[in-house]
Parts: sequence; C-alpha cells; structure tokens
Amino acid sequence: MHIMEGYLPVTHAVGWGIASGTILTYCVWSVGRSLRSRPQDKFLLAASSAYMFTLSALKLPSLTGSCSHPTGVGLGAVLFGWRPMVVSGFIVLLFQALLLAHGGLTTLGANLFAMGIAGAWVARGVYSLARTARLPFRVATFLAAALGDLATYVVTAAQLAWAFPDPAGGFVASFTKFLGVFAITQVPLAVAEGLLTVLVMNALMAYDRRELETLGVVPQGGTA
Amino acid sequence: MNKFWNALLVLAVIGLICVPLALHEKGDETQTFTGTDDQAQQAIKDVNPDYSRWAEPLWTPPSSEVASLLFAVQASLGTLVLGYVLGFYRGRATRDGRANERA
Repeated sequence: MHIMEGYLPVTHAVGWGIASGTILTYCVWSVGRSLRSRPQDKFLLAASSAYMFTLSALKLPSLTGSCSHPTGVGLGAVLFGWRPMVVSGFIVLLFQALLLAHGGLTTLGANLFAMGIAGAWVARGVYSLARTARLPFRVATFLAAALGDLATYVVTAAQLAWAFPDPAGGFVASFTKFLGVFAITQVPLAVAEGLLTVLVMNALMAYDRRELETLGVVPQGGTA
Repeated sequence: MNKFWNALLVLAVIGLICVPLALHEKGDETQTFTGTDDQAQQAIKDVNPDYSRWAEPLWTPPSSEVASLLFAVQASLGTLVLGYVLGFYRGRATRDGRANERA
C-alpha cells in the first residue's frame, strides 16, 4: 500500500515530487514520441494500463494477517519497457489519491517513485536479465511481475525509514521495521501477481501473437 | 496442455488469496487483515511520536461502503478495457483464421 497523505515530512515530499516529476515529464515525452511512430501500440498499452488499474484496486489478504494490493506494473514493463508504466502509474495513483483517500497528493511523488519508477525498472531489469540467462519467456514474465511488485514495497519501506529513522538504531532499524510491515506482507501477493501476469500473457499470446512479435517480446514464429 | 496450465495458474492464485483467510484465527489480534498503510502509520508513531500529519486527503469517502463502491468501479473499469482488448484480438484472430482457410 502507498504512503498515506501527510505522512512524509515536507522536505521529503518536495524532494520526491521533484525527482518523480522530472522522470514523469521525460516519460510522457518519450511515450508520446514512440506512440506517434507506432500508433498500433495504443491498444495493447491501454490493456496493460487497465491491468494496472484493476490490480491496484484489489486489496488482498496476506499470510501476515494484513492486507495489501498488487501493482500490476510487470505486464506493461515486459511488453513496453518501464517508461509507459510511469505514466500509467501516475494516473492510477492520482485517481486513488483524489477519490479514495488512498495514498495522497503530498506523497504522490514518493509513491510514484516506488511503484511506477522503481517497480517498473526492477520488472524490466529482471525480465532482461532472465531473457539473457535464456530462461523461458513465461518464467521471465513471472519473475519480472513478482519482483517488480516486491521492489515497490521495499522502496516504500526505504522511503519511510529515510524519513523516520529509529532514534536508537537509525535507518537500518527503521528500515527493518517498515520492511516487516510492507515487504513481508507482499511476498505471497507478489507471487500471486506473477502467476496472474503469466495468465494474461498466455491469453495475449493465444490471440495476439503477431502484436507481441512486432514488439520483439516473443520471437517471430517461434514457440517461446 | 495450455488449458491445463492456465487452470493450474488460476487455482494457484485463488489458493494464495484463500490460504491466509483459512489460517485466520478468531480473536487473534495480530491477524486483523487491516491495510499495511494503517500499520505503517502506527509504525511511524512508534518511531517518531512527535510527528504530526501535515496534510489530510482533500476528500475521503464518507463510509467504507462508498469506498468499496469506488474500488469496485476502479477494478471493473480496468477489467472492462482489458476484456475489450482481448476480445478484439480474439475476434480478429478468429476472423483471420477463417479467411486463411477460405483462401
């Protein structure tokens, strides 16, 4: 779950806002440019953003006895890279901050950095590494979605630990505490998101292999 | 074969969500299924009791019923678009498949 409204000190809120705002501006420009050269991607991009929209609305119970929600960043990051996911992540977070009192406007920068930016970077990075290591496409998709999801909450814990270091143990003690809240809860949910993303990818491969081939995700005519 | 694996994936996802609920024991205060964001607020208070929240959400759903309505709207909008795109591709693949058969 995201950092609640007003729960980051002003300096941190502003700092994350500037960092994420800059990256978001670059991503909007970059996505706009690639969509002008490949307008046929709009359809599949809308589907991956919609997947993100759905998954972030589902608060799921976890083994720790608390609830959190998956991020849905992995699917789009595997298909289109990390940049479009920053833009979609911003829309999702803004919707939830304005209408659901979930997350917040003052913490939007930090939350976008955790979910849209770090989550998508990790998802894309894991996918590329897994493909370089010659792991099958579905395994790479699973790892990308699950680890991208988990990374979001590790970053959230780090952001809170940075803002609220433990008086005795400093950053490390505080980080461990916030990891206990966010990351441990997220492990089973991240596995669930990984499996669900493979399921959606299977459906896309069954009906829309051509599109995935032109994106370079699956080899032409192969059986990945 | 693919159908078998897809069914297995669906079962695994449902299992991952249901097992925590099945393990839930009544009266166990550590298992209340509250949100991790609420728990993080508590953790912030533990670490820094002097911190005061300096911004409130502009608008908060008046009750958890209204909040669940909005979450349901969000989830259904997402699945609507995802389903539309998948249906479009499926329809196109079927049509092209038939066209190829005729040719």
